[in-house]
Amino acid sequence: MKIMVAIKRVVDYAVKIRVKSDKSGVETQNVKMSMNPFCEIALEEALRIKQSGLASEVVAVSMGPTQCVDTLRTGLAMGADRGIHVESTAALFPLTVAKLLKALVEVEKPGLIILGKQAIDDDCNQTGQMVAGLLRWPQGTFASKVMLDTEKQVATVEREVDGGLETLCLDLPAVITTDLRLNQPRYATLPNIMKAKSKVIKKYTPQELNVEVKSDIEVVEVTEPPKRKAGVLISSVDELIDKLRNEAHVI
Amino acid sequence: MLRAIKTTPLHRFSSLTSISRSISTLILAEHDGGAIKSQSISAVEAAKSLDKQTSISLLLAGSGPSLQQAAAHAASCHPSISQVLVADSDKFTYPLAETWSRLVQLVQKKGEYSHIITASNSFGKNILPRAAALLDVSPITDVIAISASNQFIRPIYAGNALCTVRYSGSNPCMLSVRSTSFAVSVDSSKCNEAPISQVDLSTFDEDSVGKSRYVNHTAQDTERPDLGNAQVVITGGRALKSAENFKMIEKLAEKLGAAVGATRAAVDAGFVPNDLQVGQTGKIVAPELYMAFGVSGAIQHLAGMRDSKVIVAVNKDADAPIFQVADYGLVGDLFEVIPELLEKLPDKK
Repeated sequence: MKIMVAIKRVVDYAVKIRVKSDKSGVETQNVKMSMNPFCEIALEEALRIKQSGLASEVVAVSMGPTQCVDTLRTGLAMGADRGIHVESTAALFPLTVAKLLKALVEVEKPGLIILGKQAIDDDCNQTGQMVAGLLRWPQGTFASKVMLDTEKQVATVEREVDGGLETLCLDLPAVITTDLRLNQPRYATLPNIMKAKSKVIKKYTPQELNVEVKSDIEVVEVTEPPKRKAGVLISSVDELIDKLRNEAHVI
Repeated sequence: MLRAIKTTPLHRFSSLTSISRSISTLILAEHDGGAIKSQSISAVEAAKSLDKQTSISLLLAGSGPSLQQAAAHAASCHPSISQVLVADSDKFTYPLAETWSRLVQLVQKKGEYSHIITASNSFGKNILPRAAALLDVSPITDVIAISASNQFIRPIYAGNALCTVRYSGSNPCMLSVRSTSFAVSVDSSKCNEAPISQVDLSTFDEDSVGKSRYVNHTAQDTERPDLGNAQVVITGGRALKSAENFKMIEKLAEKLGAAVGATRAAVDAGFVPNDLQVGQTGKIVAPELYMAFGVSGAIQHLAGMRDSKVIVAVNKDADAPIFQVADYGLVGDLFEVIPELLEKLPDKK
């Protein structure tokens, strides 16, 4: 079985982002970019499945501008076998990404797709569900545990839901999106980084995949969130209780 | 003449104008124990702010008596609800995305709603995007404000920026809304009963249904108020040092009738189960009072609680970023502060 993993290049999670002064978006020039943390977990899970002998190949896919190749190289250095880059300079929203992924599924015929549960830039949490819908495949979102049974062609997925954990059993092929607790992603070692340079990254354009890049949503403006009014430091528990009772009226 | 000239540019926006012409909203509602979840009622509030004249239909799915009970509750839980649609079938015993998204597609085909709204929780986030893909529209996640029937504000980058988006696609416009941003302000005594009707499931095709099966659910015991809707939330971080010490937080929460929250560090250290996690990847809360003990205030955590009315932080480190958002900060050892609070706070609840 082949596993396809979708990875996204985003502003590094540790960067304190700045909103552009013309309100058109967030500053991404000269800002450290990395693989979306949830995508790292998705890739790690695919690699672990391959290591346990249940998958034959892990294909990493990324969509966006030329620099996505760097993100794909990171994925290849972690252990992915091949990369696919769908090059597009236009802003890609989850619906388009899901359609592109569906088109790639028709080419690659994977038995499982693993994605992160959300990207930390747009915080959408949509792509996995959408590609599952388009393919009519079952979905296991927010996975914290994945068990594959390739003989019966099922995946048992433990999901993080409000108020606890839920276990689902999915017929393969299926789509799984990963939550933070699924695993601890590995670091790429130097030899593997060198090896990754010789691995293949195939390029596609959306046109070649017969997907029209258009969007039914547009960003009007991006602004800073309202600042909280500066608070006060207090010196004792008595003062705290007094403030909460008589100033804030919350207890 | 003028009209003839105008038709060409208008054509591009035809779908847009059809949205503004008549607004009818479908709410995908969640129920539990024979009652509608309060987050779904918040979605009704959000629908109300689209347009005062909107007709709001609530869609419920499930099976058996608890569904009927929930439908009765739905019919009278909010005066703005004009209709309750009930899909009663064994297929809906568990809220699986595969069955729900087909149901939404079926109901949308019949009702031609301009908007479909659900709460932005694990139920809504699982179902809405899949249903949107089936309807070939882009959904909008985690809306915190509605500025027009096709314009919405949502947080991006873990709440470090706010993005205004305009939906220009065809009907329906699909939203998941953050419940804490749409507070329910209803006098339920004035409620009139909305009619309940059954969804005709005769054309419900199996398609992807049955490819996923529910196995089980492990619930955390919840004697305390639900974290997502509590008036007061007491959160502990890594500084609590152990699960044993975390009990102090629980004791304090009991005293204040509060819900207990935790940071990712506390969850990862195994002090508490992960459904208590507050933050970008956990729950988003906006209580009246949020008290953070031994929480440094990483941006991922702040994203989950920055909309709280009053924030209190207790931390040994005076430079902890949590103090930048706290209304009241107390630099001190939580192992001294919490016992003192326990002693001096009056009992509540």
